[in-house]
Amino acid sequence: MPDEALVATPGDAVAAAEEIGYPVVVKLCGAAIAHKTERGLVKLGLSDAAAVEAAAEEVLAEVQPGDGDGDGDVGLLVGSMVSGARELIAGFVRDDEFGPCVMLGIGGIFAEALGDVAFRLVPLDAGDAADLIDDLANQALLGPVRGEPPVDRQALIRILLALAEVGDGDDRIRSIDLNPLIVAGGVPVAVDALVELDG
Amino acid sequence: MNLQPLFEPRGVIVVGASSHPAKFGFAALHNVLAGGYAGKVFAVNRDGGEILGLATVTDVALLPPGEADLAVVCTPPAANPGVLRACAAIGVKAAYVVSGGYRETGLEGRRAEEELVALADKLDIVLAGPNGQGLVSTPAGLCAQIVGPYPPPGAISVVSQSGNTVSSFMNYAGRTGIGIARAVSAGNAAAVTVTDYLQWYRDDPATRSAFAYLEHSASGRALFDGMRAVTGDLPVVLVKGGISQAGQAAAASHTGALAGEQRIFTGAMRQAGVCLAHTVEEAFDAAATFATQPLPNGPNTVVVTTAGGWGVMAADALAGSSLQLAPLPDDLRAAIDTKLPPRWSRANPIDMAGGESRDTVPEVLELVAAHPAVDAVVFLGLGIQSNSARLLRDGPYYPDHGLERVVAFHERQDRRFAEAAAAASDASGKPVLVATELAVTDPANPGPAAVRASGRLCYASANRAVTALEHLWRYARYRRRHA
Repeated sequence: MPDEALVATPGDAVAAAEEIGYPVVVKLCGAAIAHKTERGLVKLGLSDAAAVEAAAEEVLAEVQPGDGDGDGDVGLLVGSMVSGARELIAGFVRDDEFGPCVMLGIGGIFAEALGDVAFRLVPLDAGDAADLIDDLANQALLGPVRGEPPVDRQALIRILLALAEVGDGDDRIRSIDLNPLIVAGGVPVAVDALVELDG
Repeated sequence: MNLQPLFEPRGVIVVGASSHPAKFGFAALHNVLAGGYAGKVFAVNRDGGEILGLATVTDVALLPPGEADLAVVCTPPAANPGVLRACAAIGVKAAYVVSGGYRETGLEGRRAEEELVALADKLDIVLAGPNGQGLVSTPAGLCAQIVGPYPPPGAISVVSQSGNTVSSFMNYAGRTGIGIARAVSAGNAAAVTVTDYLQWYRDDPATRSAFAYLEHSASGRALFDGMRAVTGDLPVVLVKGGISQAGQAAAASHTGALAGEQRIFTGAMRQAGVCLAHTVEEAFDAAATFATQPLPNGPNTVVVTTAGGWGVMAADALAGSSLQLAPLPDDLRAAIDTKLPPRWSRANPIDMAGGESRDTVPEVLELVAAHPAVDAVVFLGLGIQSNSARLLRDGPYYPDHGLERVVAFHERQDRRFAEAAAAASDASGKPVLVATELAVTDPANPGPAAVRASGRLCYASANRAVTALEHLWRYARYRRRHA
C-alpha cells in the first residue's frame, strides 16, 4: 500500500499532501462507494496545494445520499501518486465448487480483452503462488518493460499469500479486489481495494 | 480403497451372460474368455445351457463359494440388488455393473443407484460403474469389457467417465505399442470415483503413468484433494470434457452434472500437480512419454536433425513452450566439430546438413545427451534413408545392381539410429524423443519400427514431441517446487 491519509476537509487534504509529498491522488471514500473511477471520484497526479484543494472540493461536491456508512460519513483519501506502465489485478473469491481461491491477472485498460487471469485454491504456499504467476500467458509483461525493472515476484508472492490469509481469515468476506496493483519500479503496489462482505 | 479384487481377481463371474452375440452379456463373457484370463470363469444365464462351450448356471447361488472375486454384472437394474446379495453370499468382493438405467435416466434411476451403492457398502462389495463398458487389466490377462480393443500390455493405467474415451485411448496403445496396465470405464462412478481409481494406480507396481477423462465430480475440493494425493508419486494426465459452454451443455445432458468454472478448475488441477491435456491424442503422447522416458531435470532442450526444415519447425515449437532451445555449449560444439564436416549448423538445432557418415548419428546423440548443460534431446529425421531405399526395393531393378546391399545398409542404419536414441537416453538418464511422420504414415519403416521395438514412442511430429516433453518438464518442475 502507498503512503496515505484519511481526512475530512480540503484544508486537511492539503496538509496531508504536504506531509506525503507531491504528486498525490485524492479519492472520495465511503463505505458504500465501490466504483470510484467510474463516478469521477479519483483525481490523479496532483502536484501542488491548489490542485489538491480544487480536487478535494470537486469530489466532495459529488457526494450522494447513501455513499457513507451508517453515520453518513465520507472522507477524503490522500495518497502518494503511484505510477508505472503496468497494472495487475489480484483478488480473493469463494467459489461454490472449489471454495476460497486467489486470483492474479493482467490489469489495466486491456485487462478484459486479454482475459489473462489464473487461480489457485486457498490454502496455498509460496510455491503455489510462484506457479500462479507462471500461469499468466503474458510473461513478457512481468519482465523488464519500457525501462522499468521486472516485476518483483517475491513481493507479488507476499501479496497473494496475504490476500489468501486475510480473505480466508474472515467468513464474512465474499471477495476482495486489489485493483489496480500498479507495478511501480518493479514493485506491485495496491492502489485501490474493494472488499465485499456477506449480507 | 482396495481395488485388487477388481483388477487382480481370483475368478470371474459373468452375470447375465447371453447366448446372443449382439448382447452385452455375450460380449462380456466372450472377451473374458478370449482375453486369456488364467483364473476360473463362471457364467450365469437365466435359462442355463452352454455359451461358448462354457456350462452356465441359472443362479449365482448355485456357484461354489470362494472361487471368484469379481462379478461382471450385465443384468437389468431391477435384478441387481438380488445379484449383489447372492454374490456376497459366495464371497465375491467386487462387482462391475455394466447395466445402464441408473442416474443417467432420471430421478427413479438415481434412487436405484443410491440404493445399490448403500447395498454394496453393507455387503462390503466394491461397486464399479454402473452404466460402464467394463475394465481391462493386462497383468491379469483380464478383458472384462463389452467393447474393444484389448490393448498390448504396458505401464499406463486409464480411468474415464466416458467408456468410448477408454477405447480411443487404448486404440493409440495398439497402434504405437506403448501399452496399458489397467483401464476402467468408471461409468456413473457411483461408489468408486475417478480419484479412487487413481489412488489405487498410484500404489500399483504395474502402473507408471495415468490418464483420466473427467466430465463431472461431486465436489471440486474433493477432486483437488484426491488428485493431490496421487501426483507426488504418479504423473496423471487429465482431459476435462465440458470446458466450453457447448461442451458443458453436452456433458450436462450426458451425465446430469454441470462442469465447474474453467479457470478455477484449471488452476486447481495445476495446483494439484495434474497435467492437463486438450485432446486424447495429446494425453496419450504425454502418458506414453511419462511411461517410457525419464523426467528432464530442466528445460534445456537440444534438437538433433539430419535436415534443416524439421529442425526449424522444432525450434518454433520449443519457442512457444516453457522449454528452452538451449544455446550449444562451446565444448559440445567443438566435440561435434570432430564428427562432422564444417557445413553443419554449429548451433541448436544441430543440423547435420547431410554431412553424417556411418557412425555420426549415434555418436552425436550420445555426446549431446551426455552433456551436463542438456536436459532433453529431440531427434528428427529418422527413417528417411529407409524411405528412399523403399523406392529401390519396390522398383523393377531390385535386388540386382547392388540394390539389395544398399537397401539393407540404409534399413540397418535407421534401426541403429533408433537404438542409439534409446541407448543415449538410458546411459544419460535423460529423455531422448524421436519424431517422424513415418510413425503414422509408414509404421513398418525400419526406423519407427525400431523405436517401437525399443519400448518407446515414436512421435508423429516434432510439435507433438515438444508438447509431450513440455508435460514432463512442467511435472518435474512441479515435483521439485512441491517436494
